[in-house]
Amino acid sequence: MKILILGAGQVGSTVAESLVSEANDITVVDADASKLQQLQDRLDLRTVVGNAAHPSTLEQAGISDTDMLLAVTQSDEVNLVACKLAASLYNTPTRIARIRATDYLKRSELFSDENFSVDFSICPEQILTDYIVKLIEFPEALQVQRFSQGKASLVGVRAVEGGPLVGNPLNMLRSHMPQVETRVAAIFRQDKPIIPQGDTVVEAGDEVFVIAATDHIREVLREMRREDQPTRRVMIVGGGNIGRRLARALENDYQIKLIEHNKHVCERLAGELKRTLVLNGDGTDEKLMQQEHIADVDVFCALTNDDENNIMSSLLAKQGGARKVIALINRSAYVDLVQGGKIDIALSPAQVTIGSLLAYVRQGDVAAVHSLRRGAAEALELVAHGDRKSSKVVGRKVEEIELPLGATIGAVVRNQEVVIAHHDTLIQAEDHVIVFVTDKKMVKKVERLFQVNLGFF
Amino acid sequence: MNRVLTVIHALGLLLVVFSLTYLLPIITAFLYGDTTLLLDFLLAMLWTAAAGLLMWMLTRRFRGELSIRHGYLLVVTMWTAMPLFATIPLLLVIPGLSLTDAYFETMSGMTTTGATVLTGLDNLPPAINVWRHELNWLGGLGIIVLAVAILPLLGIGGRQLFKAETPGPMKDSALTPRIADTARNLWVVYVAITGVCIAMLKWAGMSWLDAVCHAFATMSLGGFSTHDSSIGYFNSPLIEFILIAFMLIAAVNFATHFLAWRGKTLAVYRRDTEGLATLVLIVASCFGIAYFLWWQGTYVDFQTALRHASFNLVSIATDCGFASVDFNQWPIFAPIWMLFLSSIACSSGSTGGGIKMIRTLVLVKQAGREFLKLLHPAAVNPMKIGGQVVPNNIVFAVLGFIFLYFISVATMVFLLLISGLDFMTALSAVIACINNAGPGLDQVGPAGNYQGLNDFQTWICTLAMLIGRLEIFSVLILFTPRFWQR
Repeated sequence: MKILILGAGQVGSTVAESLVSEANDITVVDADASKLQQLQDRLDLRTVVGNAAHPSTLEQAGISDTDMLLAVTQSDEVNLVACKLAASLYNTPTRIARIRATDYLKRSELFSDENFSVDFSICPEQILTDYIVKLIEFPEALQVQRFSQGKASLVGVRAVEGGPLVGNPLNMLRSHMPQVETRVAAIFRQDKPIIPQGDTVVEAGDEVFVIAATDHIREVLREMRREDQPTRRVMIVGGGNIGRRLARALENDYQIKLIEHNKHVCERLAGELKRTLVLNGDGTDEKLMQQEHIADVDVFCALTNDDENNIMSSLLAKQGGARKVIALINRSAYVDLVQGGKIDIALSPAQVTIGSLLAYVRQGDVAAVHSLRRGAAEALELVAHGDRKSSKVVGRKVEEIELPLGATIGAVVRNQEVVIAHHDTLIQAEDHVIVFVTDKKMVKKVERLFQVNLGFF
Repeated sequence: MNRVLTVIHALGLLLVVFSLTYLLPIITAFLYGDTTLLLDFLLAMLWTAAAGLLMWMLTRRFRGELSIRHGYLLVVTMWTAMPLFATIPLLLVIPGLSLTDAYFETMSGMTTTGATVLTGLDNLPPAINVWRHELNWLGGLGIIVLAVAILPLLGIGGRQLFKAETPGPMKDSALTPRIADTARNLWVVYVAITGVCIAMLKWAGMSWLDAVCHAFATMSLGGFSTHDSSIGYFNSPLIEFILIAFMLIAAVNFATHFLAWRGKTLAVYRRDTEGLATLVLIVASCFGIAYFLWWQGTYVDFQTALRHASFNLVSIATDCGFASVDFNQWPIFAPIWMLFLSSIACSSGSTGGGIKMIRTLVLVKQAGREFLKLLHPAAVNPMKIGGQVVPNNIVFAVLGFIFLYFISVATMVFLLLISGLDFMTALSAVIACINNAGPGLDQVGPAGNYQGLNDFQTWICTLAMLIGRLEIFSVLILFTPRFWQR
């Protein structure tokens, strides 16, 4: 597929990176030549320097035979204009724009074909905020990913000594919670995947991924670790786009303190937020943390733009007694370095947000893609089409499907209902099948499995 | 000196406009066939117009733009000159009335205080009563606002005048792009609601004269009555109920009424935090005081207590000043609470007086901010009212205003005490006058009036009314040396 990416910022370069590896022709446009140079040094793609909202630049980037336009520059306006140009001048089939301003997002008619011709709009900050909100809602979880409009969820949790299931084989799960249907999709022990069987024993320190109906998440989490206190106090460092959105999303349900170092930003935030206590100070100032009772904080989120600051303030918070600390870290090298140590969750914005983009880009009928374990694994929601003859999955039982090793079918969403997959569950046409893939290299094979055999049309 | 002459030039023109307001009593006198009175009013009108024209003609060389300083000077001179000319018919008609008392009466009318030195109101000629009430009505929304509305000549600098006269701390939010349009729209709303009020009072059983007069006094929250026993004369729960409703309407910002009228929606009232606070505080106080009076045994049953408590409390709290019973006889907590409300309860941009609810809210929230600052020294906590951030300079202006308000009250109470008045009378008279409420307690209570004060005391009260109506700063700024420096 020929893909044109506008903007070589955080989002643009991450998307480019993960799409290049999937054998696409990528062109990246940005006004900043040095950013493009960095990108080209690392990846096999074409770059064009210029204003992404100018037709000449777009033509130079080969927009006339592009299959998909990803407008992900910093500016909403440039993205909108680029989509409009692509639609009216070059008939680009698919146009995706990154739109951050809620003012635009509120008026969905703006994106119609008569207006800005945006097929899909994505807002990375909002996706990231939603993701953190879920983590705060379920403080025990390492990851919470939703499928089929939130009906089914995949949770990652670290098993801890004292959890009812820890030290027991997986088939005990059913006797512990007879009314709850779940399926353990994968277990990672010391970063090595284990294919879960009924007699696999869960050990303390395991990272367990479980699929269940969203309503049952709490019970599932309770199996893996003793129940924690419910979250009440949240401290956020960094009043940027994400910090502000997060505070607004949480402030009615939790007691929020937000630390921001810029006085002017503080004043704007305090005017905008209703119940959040806005503090002017440095996120790495341990005196300020003490003064604001860091020891009583349930969840601490470091969300500034600066990786090092986020890491340092998270470490300070943990040392000061915060129960769970989350750090936003852009550099993937840092993420691997830090996660699992003192910092409970290292969030890589790119990995969290890339899924929503990948869902549009991937072939076949992919309804959702979620990166797991910093991009090493993936959970896919695929739609099964056709019949027993044209499809390799429809009309077959789960055990009959030739999944590559390391991939498991976790659940099926059928007519808005979550069916947890067993070896004899029959896949029907139009089912949404949730597949857990422990190694990203197998994603292609899984997708091919779900493609309808064209010869039968 | 040139500055003063420029102001006198504008003042002359405003006086000519003001002379037109004599037409209403002239028409009344004509309708009642009172020829002597008709001539008296015509004479007053001519004097005022002639004086105005003379000032205007003699100073026309100094015609110029009105700056901020001109604005303050013009507003204050206008508000002292108009009541002066308005005394002419009173002095002509009422024998034995001193200039001091006449000036007190017209100032009380124009500042919508509603305190009176006259007795035998029932026997006054209709034209005189109409004149007193018309002064109430004109002063309610502000005579200069009216002038800005109808006189394009004041267009330049009109905003300064508008600011100097309209009560409330935040005056920069214009409703329409042009200040003259804003003023005109406010007056249209004012006239329309007054019209409805007249119709309802007539329907409730008043005579046309009483209906017009009382509607004027209600909408302006003035509180003049055509009867010595005020609203008690009618002894009608229906009339009291209608008046309560319109007093509450008049105690809310007229800009909100205008927005509701233009948008044809009631939703704007829900967003008017200040107006809501005014209404909640007053209504809750009505029930509280009614319960208190019933509990104290002042009234035997709760309904009667509620009726009298709500009418008199709303009347004093909104700075209107009607009375239906002698609330001076109530246990002391009730009338003192009413006086307290009169200082704080009215919305800015309404026709009421006092320090205004918005300033009260700012004061209360500032106290909350100080507490938060002690607990969280690093907290950034801007003041928010109704979701809107109030800038710190407005907070300081409000604190300064409230300080000046208390200093003014204290100074004038001391002056009255020196002159030999008893403490309760002195305190309540100053508070009632500076809030433009009307009746105070004891000697100046609802059963008595301001007639018993000596000339010095009457002048102090007159001054209190003026600085209360023009919100202190506008008046006191003229007494700062810097105002007169170039």
